[in-house]
Amino acid sequence: MVRNRILGTLLAIALLALPPVAQALGEPFYIGIASRMLVFALAAMSLDLILGYGGMVCFGHAAFIGIGAYVVGILGHHAAEETLLLGFIPGTSSGWITWPLAMLCAGIFAFLVGAVSIRTQGLYFIMITLAFAQMAYFFFVTLKGYGGDDGLRLPQRSQFSDLISLRDKTTFYYVALGVLTAVYLLLLRVTRSRFGMVLRGAKENERRMLHIGVPTYRYRLAAFTIAGALAGLAGALMANQANFVSPAMMHWTRSGELIVMVILGGVGSLLGPAIGAVAFLSLEEVLSAYTEHWQIALGPLLLAVIYFARRGIYGALVTRRVL
Amino acid sequence: MLKAALLISTSIALLSFPASAAQDKVKIGFISTFSGPQGVLGRELLDGFNLGLKHLGGKLGGAETVIIQGDDQAKPDIGVQLAEKMVERDKVDVITGINFSNVMLAVAKPVLESKTLLLSVNAGPSQLAGKECHPYYFSISYQNDNVAEAMGQFLAAKGVKTVYLMAPNYPSGKDQMNGFKRFYHGQIVGEVYTQFNQPDYAAELAQIRQTKPEAVFYFYPGGMGINFLKQYAQAGLKSEIPLYGPSFSLDQTILPAVGDAALGAFSTSFWSETMDTSLNRKFVADFEATYGRVPSPYAATAYDGALALNSAIKAAGGSKNREAVRKALETVKLDSVRGDIKFNTNHHPIQNYYLYEVVKDPKGRLTNAHRSEVFRQHKDAYFESCKM
Amino acid sequence: MGILLFLEQLLNGLQLGTMLFLMASGLTLVFGIMNFVNLAHGSLYMMGAYFAATLFQLTGSLLLASAGAFVGVLILGMALEAIILRGFYHRDHLDQVLATFGLILFFNELVRMIWGPQAYFLALPEMLNGSIELIPGAPYPVYRLLIILIGVAVGAFLYMLITHSRLGMLIRAGASNRGMIESLGVNIRILFTLVFGLGAALAGLAGTLAGPLLAVQVGMGDGVLITTLVVIVIGGIGSVRGAFLAALLVGLVDTFGRMLLPASLAEMSIYILMAAILWRRPQGLFPAHG
Repeated sequence: MVRNRILGTLLAIALLALPPVAQALGEPFYIGIASRMLVFALAAMSLDLILGYGGMVCFGHAAFIGIGAYVVGILGHHAAEETLLLGFIPGTSSGWITWPLAMLCAGIFAFLVGAVSIRTQGLYFIMITLAFAQMAYFFFVTLKGYGGDDGLRLPQRSQFSDLISLRDKTTFYYVALGVLTAVYLLLLRVTRSRFGMVLRGAKENERRMLHIGVPTYRYRLAAFTIAGALAGLAGALMANQANFVSPAMMHWTRSGELIVMVILGGVGSLLGPAIGAVAFLSLEEVLSAYTEHWQIALGPLLLAVIYFARRGIYGALVTRRVL
Repeated sequence: MLKAALLISTSIALLSFPASAAQDKVKIGFISTFSGPQGVLGRELLDGFNLGLKHLGGKLGGAETVIIQGDDQAKPDIGVQLAEKMVERDKVDVITGINFSNVMLAVAKPVLESKTLLLSVNAGPSQLAGKECHPYYFSISYQNDNVAEAMGQFLAAKGVKTVYLMAPNYPSGKDQMNGFKRFYHGQIVGEVYTQFNQPDYAAELAQIRQTKPEAVFYFYPGGMGINFLKQYAQAGLKSEIPLYGPSFSLDQTILPAVGDAALGAFSTSFWSETMDTSLNRKFVADFEATYGRVPSPYAATAYDGALALNSAIKAAGGSKNREAVRKALETVKLDSVRGDIKFNTNHHPIQNYYLYEVVKDPKGRLTNAHRSEVFRQHKDAYFESCKM
Repeated sequence: MGILLFLEQLLNGLQLGTMLFLMASGLTLVFGIMNFVNLAHGSLYMMGAYFAATLFQLTGSLLLASAGAFVGVLILGMALEAIILRGFYHRDHLDQVLATFGLILFFNELVRMIWGPQAYFLALPEMLNGSIELIPGAPYPVYRLLIILIGVAVGAFLYMLITHSRLGMLIRAGASNRGMIESLGVNIRILFTLVFGLGAALAGLAGTLAGPLLAVQVGMGDGVLITTLVVIVIGGIGSVRGAFLAALLVGLVDTFGRMLLPASLAEMSIYILMAAILWRRPQGLFPAHG
């Protein structure tokens, strides 16, 4: 327990201190990399809610991210062109509007996907979520009005107030960190609530939950929708981080990578998947700088981690509280 | 605890590569697709660029040159990250190598805002040739529509009355078809867009046979082109309806893998491996001797990119005064394997386009043999909307 | 659409379907017996095509090349099973998905290092290169007919194997009750390795057959893997019969979708089909496990 607390404090200090330290070292570039890691951490954390706690292996999570990103991109596009979306909706770059809207749209899509998918289990569930993600992917690839496969550039980053400019790297970093922390605290509450218990119960033994009269389908669907909405939020951040949205964000390999991040970090621990995201992106960064053939090392490395470290990095670092 | 500390410290150590100092070196950031199925493009481009550098004695404008390589995995967001890293940490003088339009469009903003030279050796999206053109952006290759425009012009001049169009369902596919239609005004009897990376075309081929057009104009780069050509020939259509395409559908990344299926197909391009300029003969011979394969247009434009940078940096007296390099690039005489090319006001090339036919060379390999000139000193359709 | 064009497209749909069946049968068998999800199935398909293309360039004989590729992938599959994948049988599907996802990355890069990023050439002998007029006015490529025949033959072979042989008996027993055959004292390890090798070899065969039609290149197995997964999910995971019917269904829906629907919708047609079928039958058409 004490060890966990020390680790947590160290982690918080390291995260807060990163921008000034990077500036001081003359390597401000790392602030950008770190921001990207935080955004992926957010996405991985949202996936962990359904994958780790709900036992729902969603192989289409990147689609929710993409939809969130496209909401920001499309509204920003209309704002810059001063045209109307569908002929009656004015565009906007205000983050106060677009970010919640990104969550809403991704959430609605997740609700629809979940409503169909949660009836299935195991490999069927994996595949049907993939199928929906593929549909979304092809939809945006052929959406010529918004760049299709070429993607869409954000005319400007989301506006909040004059005090917060996302153009500034350090500000963006702290915004991403703030959002990540808020989502972490929220998910911590959710998973420890009755809702979270039911979710875990349904994962362990769905029949028992049904017998004691818990409508697991509804709980699962709610969790799936929340996870989708949070992924949409990650998408909004991602669009701002890259200043660009494109269907490549929702390619199935991206969904696969997100699952890898969750497993690598440690399933069902919220912080674990966040760490997994950071570890995975660092690995990619380091290996790809070292050799063009980096994937030949990444593949077996993944295999080894899954084989030998079943509880992921988090499991290796932290003593687990008994549930 | 110890484990955690160890993990953190090693990851920091791994992340912070020593930033190589030497100020007078020319630094080139080469972002391209190296891994995955599209990796062949990155390889062609880099090999072409490296050969150019080798012919210049490893120096651009007389200065030692280092290439920092980055793999964008065909994903725009990864491209942006690499570009930012190269601009901010490595402080590169030029970013080049990008092969996909979507990566180029994503990378353009951060790179150009930092006033780093962005030289395209392949992708030529219309946005950057028109409204969004930029003093620091140059394309040594072409604007995406150009090659298809040439084929439209050729078939129109030839008096072909009916054409059937096929392309993958993504923006570049549509750009190619629009470029074609800009110059071809006969009847389009079919216009089919297939799924990107579709492997099998049997259903579409059956429809072509039914429609009986005079010509098929198709845009399928890379693996899609190989699939399409093989199946077109096997369906027995090759002898009935001739195939026409932009060079991307019939270049040397495709021909060695299709065999006789491509014989007799026509393409338009600004360059071919058989082009008869003294610089090109040297380029093709040395490329083959070095890498053991015949170069594609990707390699040729990348080679030209190295030559152009060399001339500009030499004229500017070094790579550090970026404004001077940029200005020099606008006016300097370009050495090119394509012969006579120069930059238009929107920094895209004005060049000739030719018709080629796929034939067998004396060694029995397929090559694109010169047939006629289609466009002389052709400009793209967007330069007038470029205000610099 | 004229009746002749309809018939021709029907053949095209069947041909695509039989090709998918070759892939799907192996994948679904492995799942049915070992309860193992193998995403690297597409990589075995790719290896089959590369083995065949290489052997073809060495020997000049398509028959030798095909046979060699079949045996090569059989051995590769058994080795993979015995050395690595066996350790994942008792893990949950998620671990299996990830481990084999890692293998995809590995194989793609391995092929690129050995054979280079350029596509490889695999030609057809003159005999198979022509067309015959099964349907008047619409000559059909002989090679595509051959693929349909081979697909049907493999289907018949698997049917005989599963219903009429000792190995098939064990396979059926294993699919319905894994514990039982273990207690019967059957050497389960060898059985598993054999079944995995058979599945791998079928994928290799599909890759070999695809070679003359398609570009033999890095990543060629990735797209077909996704479609194959759609097939086995529709058919009911573990059911070879389901895989056969679902493969034909997917082949036909995809072919006619491409003809009749607007491009964007056509690209989604098989996914919409899958979602619709799973909505009605969450276990696919022929659920193998009760």
